[in-house]
Amino acid sequence: MIYEVFRQERRGQAFAHAGSVEAPDQAFAEWYAREQYGRRGESVSLWVVPRHEIVEIGDFADELQRNYHRVDGYPLKEKLKEARERAGTAAAGDR
Amino acid sequence: MTEQEFLEYVQDGGQVETNDWMPDEYRAKLIKFIEMHGNSELMGVLPEREWILRAPTLQRKLALTAKVQDEVGHSQLIYRVVEDLGKPREQCLEDLVSGKTKFHNVFHYPTKTWGDVGVIAWLVDAAAIISQKALLKCSYAPYARIMKKICWEESFHILHGRDVVLTMMNGTDEQRDLVQEAVNRWWGPLMQFHGNPIPKDEDPMYVWRIKSQGNEEARQQFLDGYVPQIWEIGLTVPDPKLRKRDDGVWEFTEPDWDELKHVVTGHGPKTQERLELRQATREETAWVRRVVLAEAA
Amino acid sequence: MSERAQQLLGIADDELVLGWRNSEWTGIAPFLEEDVAFSSIAQNEIGHARALYQLVADELGTTADALAFDRSPEDYRHSRLVELRLVPDWARTIARHVLYEEADAKRLEELKASDESAVAGLAAKIDREEAYHRMHAQMWRERLQDEPRFTDALEELRPLLGESGSPEFAELWEEMTIVRRSVAGATW
Repeated sequence: MIYEVFRQERRGQAFAHAGSVEAPDQAFAEWYAREQYGRRGESVSLWVVPRHEIVEIGDFADELQRNYHRVDGYPLKEKLKEARERAGTAAAGDR
Repeated sequence: MTEQEFLEYVQDGGQVETNDWMPDEYRAKLIKFIEMHGNSELMGVLPEREWILRAPTLQRKLALTAKVQDEVGHSQLIYRVVEDLGKPREQCLEDLVSGKTKFHNVFHYPTKTWGDVGVIAWLVDAAAIISQKALLKCSYAPYARIMKKICWEESFHILHGRDVVLTMMNGTDEQRDLVQEAVNRWWGPLMQFHGNPIPKDEDPMYVWRIKSQGNEEARQQFLDGYVPQIWEIGLTVPDPKLRKRDDGVWEFTEPDWDELKHVVTGHGPKTQERLELRQATREETAWVRRVVLAEAA
Repeated sequence: MSERAQQLLGIADDELVLGWRNSEWTGIAPFLEEDVAFSSIAQNEIGHARALYQLVADELGTTADALAFDRSPEDYRHSRLVELRLVPDWARTIARHVLYEEADAKRLEELKASDESAVAGLAAKIDREEAYHRMHAQMWRERLQDEPRFTDALEELRPLLGESGSPEFAELWEEMTIVRRSVAGATW
């Protein structure tokens, strides 16, 4: 069975996919993962998961413009310039 | 995507994952290339194994065992990539021992002394790491990712090799002779290691961006990095033509490309013996794989 | 030589010779993941031997390497069990691994209770590594317990735990020391 291994290099960092090992069961998989991804102290923590437990999602439906919830939906430069002019506080960079 | 679009995509720096569409030719070339790398790591173990048993200090014993363990670990990483591309590990191992697939030239030669142990870890691993660094940007992402771990582990191998060599060079005349004799024997295979100088635009490995460097470029990098290291400790290189031109290019006697072809097609001095050893140990331990792995399949 | 030195040398020699024999599997173990794992076990054993030799070396005014390599084969104090060359027989290799780890666990418990803090401290460190070895041996024992070649091997090898090393060790010693002896007094 194939087990995927995720490793955390240093405390506080995200776990990242490191590779996979072939093993007869979870106990062996843990031993092999510890060896392949930890024998040199290169990881502080590992997650070991059977490959079939992992679901990959690669498709995302985003057909209609949805900038209302992204930063690029809010270009404020022109409105800010107009508001400053009205308030008499126009800054040098507004020209 | 069409094949042409795919080609432009990878040449533009695009990355390919396991389940992405890829042209049949790309997949086939990838499998062949990566498989040969896995084979080489596994066969590279055999010349060094004998010296694990003869290491002259506990520190060297541990270092050499760890180095060989790394090579086995690398072959595990590499064969997993090949398996996810569609060729099972057992099939790769069958094809290796039957002689159907190849492994790098340097692993077909004998190791004769402790001098070889130092020279191999220093110079052969150095030649290998140059090729491996050129794979860090491989268009096939799973392979590029394992190369990062492989390169990181290889860095200790070269230091260990250099330490062994320097200790001997600072030792007795006999020890210095052992090192020089090993350099003399390994120079030919080292110069052939990066392959014959086909222009990179004619090299499918470069065209598909599997490698980011042509063969001659790799060899020049090796010479530039390591000939000064060899000369500065009083060793000589058995090539009277070897020199660096003013424009920075290294000149050398043309390597024996016939010897390279002859060796990698299975006719090296130790090829048969080593393949037979692999075959024998596979047969002796087949029952273990049946009992332990088959039931989980 | 003190009784303490003799006792520690016996354990060190066991770990050294077993580690040496186990390292013979590096590169040719039944499958790749296990190859890497078993090699770590072999390296740990050599590491344990080195640390134990160092304790004795401090008492005797010599070095760990000198104790590991430079004695005559007859002066080593390992058991017959560890000196056997078992490659390529995985059943007997695992049987030895299981038997040795069981016996070693008891030995380590005694050492951990030593009056001497250096010995007790080292034994505790070694035991923390050996815990993983015991886990590994147990995993394999469960997998192989229905295989006659494994159960036969356990019975065949068990008595050898209590036997001393034999003259056959000289052959391993010759190979172990061949490079070291090739240039007298050299640094490697």
